[in-house]
Amino acid sequence: MLLKLEARPEPSKLMAYLSPLLAVALTLIGGLMVFSALGTDPLEGFRVFFLNPVKDTYGISELLLKATPLMLCAVGLAVGFRANVWNIGAEGQYVMGAVAASGLALYFIDSESAMVLPAMVLAGAIGGALWAAIPAFLRTRFNANEILTSLMLVYIAQLAVSWLAHGPWKDPEGFNFPQTKMFADSALLPMLIEGTRLNFAFVIALGLLTVGYVFMQRSFLGFQMRVAGQADAAARYAGFSATRTIWIGMLAGGATAGIAGMAEVSGPMGQLTEHVSNNYGFAAIIVAFIGRLNPVGIFFGSLLMALLYLGGEQAQQYLNLPSSISKVFQGMLLFFLLGADVFIHYRLRLKGGK
Amino acid sequence: MTNPTPQPPSAAPHGTPRLTLRGIRKVYPSVVANDGIDLTVQPGEIHAVLGENGAGKSTLMKIIYGVTRQTEGEIEWEGKTVEVESPAHARSLGIGMVFQHFSLFETLNVTQNVALALPGKPDLRALAKQIEEVSQRYGLPVDPRRMVHALSVGERQRVEIIRCLLQNPRLLIMDEPTSVLTPQAVRKLFETLRQLAAEGCSILYISHKLDEIQELCHTATVLRAGKVTGSCTPSQETPASMARLMIGKDLPVCEHGAASAGGEVRLRLAGLSHASEDPFGTDLKDIHLDVRSGEIVGIAGVSGNGQQELLYAISGEEPLAEKFPVQICGIEAGRMPPDQRRSAGMGFVPEERLGRGAVPRMSLAENALLTAHTGAGLLRSGLINFGAMEKFSTECIAAYNVKCGGPGAEAKSLSGGNLQKYIMGREIMQAPKVLVVAQPTWGVDVGAAAFIRQSLIELRNRGTAILVISEELDELFEISDRIAVIANGRLSPTKPAAETNVEEIGVWMSGMWPGAAGVEEVSHAA
Ligand SMILES: Nc1ncnc2c1ncn2[C@@H]1O[C@H](COP(=O)(O)OP(=O)(O)OP(=O)(O)O)[C@@H](O)[C@H]1O
Ligand SMILES: [Mg+2]
Repeated sequence: MLLKLEARPEPSKLMAYLSPLLAVALTLIGGLMVFSALGTDPLEGFRVFFLNPVKDTYGISELLLKATPLMLCAVGLAVGFRANVWNIGAEGQYVMGAVAASGLALYFIDSESAMVLPAMVLAGAIGGALWAAIPAFLRTRFNANEILTSLMLVYIAQLAVSWLAHGPWKDPEGFNFPQTKMFADSALLPMLIEGTRLNFAFVIALGLLTVGYVFMQRSFLGFQMRVAGQADAAARYAGFSATRTIWIGMLAGGATAGIAGMAEVSGPMGQLTEHVSNNYGFAAIIVAFIGRLNPVGIFFGSLLMALLYLGGEQAQQYLNLPSSISKVFQGMLLFFLLGADVFIHYRLRLKGGK
Repeated sequence: MTNPTPQPPSAAPHGTPRLTLRGIRKVYPSVVANDGIDLTVQPGEIHAVLGENGAGKSTLMKIIYGVTRQTEGEIEWEGKTVEVESPAHARSLGIGMVFQHFSLFETLNVTQNVALALPGKPDLRALAKQIEEVSQRYGLPVDPRRMVHALSVGERQRVEIIRCLLQNPRLLIMDEPTSVLTPQAVRKLFETLRQLAAEGCSILYISHKLDEIQELCHTATVLRAGKVTGSCTPSQETPASMARLMIGKDLPVCEHGAASAGGEVRLRLAGLSHASEDPFGTDLKDIHLDVRSGEIVGIAGVSGNGQQELLYAISGEEPLAEKFPVQICGIEAGRMPPDQRRSAGMGFVPEERLGRGAVPRMSLAENALLTAHTGAGLLRSGLINFGAMEKFSTECIAAYNVKCGGPGAEAKSLSGGNLQKYIMGREIMQAPKVLVVAQPTWGVDVGAAAFIRQSLIELRNRGTAILVISEELDELFEISDRIAVIANGRLSPTKPAAETNVEEIGVWMSGMWPGAAGVEEVSHAA
């Protein structure tokens, strides 16, 4: 008897939806094995990692708080990914969004105007979009691969924020920490639930998920981008512009990542620090694919990914596990997802030994 | 036009059959494509498989070649029961196939494509030589160095055939190999096939051109709706009697009506010149043509003589540097992209239906949206009107008798001819002012071809200006009011179809029409 991988005549639709669930299940099993290998009782590990973080309202509010930037980044990325526009640099766009919003907050630090906050959201979106515009321009003008350029711009963005936090924007009364002044109240996002850190950005994220859904599934422009992603020649035949597809795909990801960066500095952080870069932009790539590039899927994918972040913190605190445990789980999730995705196009067959 | 040549002996050598199929059944989610098919092919036999679009011919061939697997039934190869695992396995058994939808890698050149189908690692330089030889010998000109994406469909078809011939198969499956070949190339191909058969190679031959089948094939099996409904000896039949066997009734006759002189000019090419970006492409040279409301103008020519470039220039897929050379309903449109040309009133059917005329992985309804979004009012303030889209698609399926699982069926699940009908329907239903069509009946069965031609003529009678580019002279003569020839990137003057004939157009096809600039400049592909 022999197991053989055989191409399916048709990609399986069922498997396309089952595959993320299978990946989650395998990640759980893998997690239990990691726990026992590290000398932790796997059941205890499971409880601490996956149940502890969400055992009360505060826990759930933290989960939604963490999920917010992931939703924001992933929904914008999905717009591009569907059209084969591979923006890998959401992390850099996130940082630049945070920088742009912080610049505004610092400039208006004495203002109490209600317009500061909306202006910061806009600045975040523009900052992210401008950073994404660089790879879009390089791709459309010089045909430079956006995967490489957008990724390299991440490192530039991280160094730029570090320079700002150490240099021109450093808080003179901040005991030399690489961070800016705390923002004024007018530049902080309002809280949604008393006593938690969950803020208005979550509502913005839900709003943008809806916009993303309408754009991708219902709008003609979204349709054009899907065609461009699937069949070049057909898009050209129909007159759908390839250049426009690249621009929209890149700018959508940049703008939402920028808003996510704004939400971080104007929410839980309250200032810009050197450590604003949190890898949300990279984790969002996994989220986008776990969610099958679909806003509904992205919503749940973000919750899962946020849980992995929180679980990792809990595991550090209560189980004395290393902080990289979150990354191990993220890695496993992506690994199993890619593995399970093979079964969308292939199936296993038992063969009599011949 | 073809004088039926003497028939080869229909008694093939006896002994074990080369291939026996028993009770082959193939079930797709929406349809049973093959339903208990028995078929025997003898060594040296040229065996035709006939049937309407969607009858299950390609499916059966793909099962034999290991592309898909049958749901039930068994395949016997030279006396032994086999399970054909994959095309590579089929090739190792000695089976070669020319696909209806080409299976070439667009980003590789011709030699590399051929090399991929051969076992081991052939020496590319020697192979290129070999390809040149074979293409010379069999009258299928291709340049082995050219990239496949730059080839016209006719040239791609030649590459497919050459690739297959180089494998020295013992069973050659040809799924509509001549759909876009010129009559001369078909002649040569038939000589080759007869020679192969005489050497003992069996050939399974699918075509909608019944005169070809009558001329070439020893036996024929007729499929309808996945079942064998009959068989015949083509040499003892006429094309009409075979058509009757196939569709179960007499062929409708095309009613052309009086040729019209045409009304106002709807499409004008005014000195269209364009250098091809592809180094092996054909440059268009100073093309002048008027197509008037209410007339059909046909352009004949051997594929690779600038048809593709001309179509790209007219459709706007390759916009020009200047505005005036392409004029649509009086608008200088040379620099417009395709969607703006559509808004100006032009419809367009490209030669490749899958991947260009339709997105393979999208539903038929979504494929309606591809071009009919504005023309058929399928949008509502930037959003897709799903109801209207579905309705348009359903109407098109019904009106053009497209066999499929409904508007939700993926384009790639349709049989070749049915997708062609859908795309033609989509463009015609938008009632364009100008319609430009490449190979309107490519791969369409005789019944449906007559229907499509009739639809084009009716569209003309309603005042549309129609330009048809085709390699099928018979078809052009049947529907065109005027005919011109393209050779080596130049366009001949037009001539009323009634005042010319196949012979004259054949001469023109080598670039020698009265007043041609530099008559010594003869088409490179002819
Ligand atoms: N992958 C698929 N999924 C679903 N249905 C399919 C698929 N491939 C083919 N079919 C269906 O099977 C039937 C037979 O198709 P097939 O391609 O064999 O027809 P055909 O006889 O070759 O027609 P044509 O002359 O148009 O090429 C059609 O109804 C088609 O829609
Ligand atoms: Mg077919």
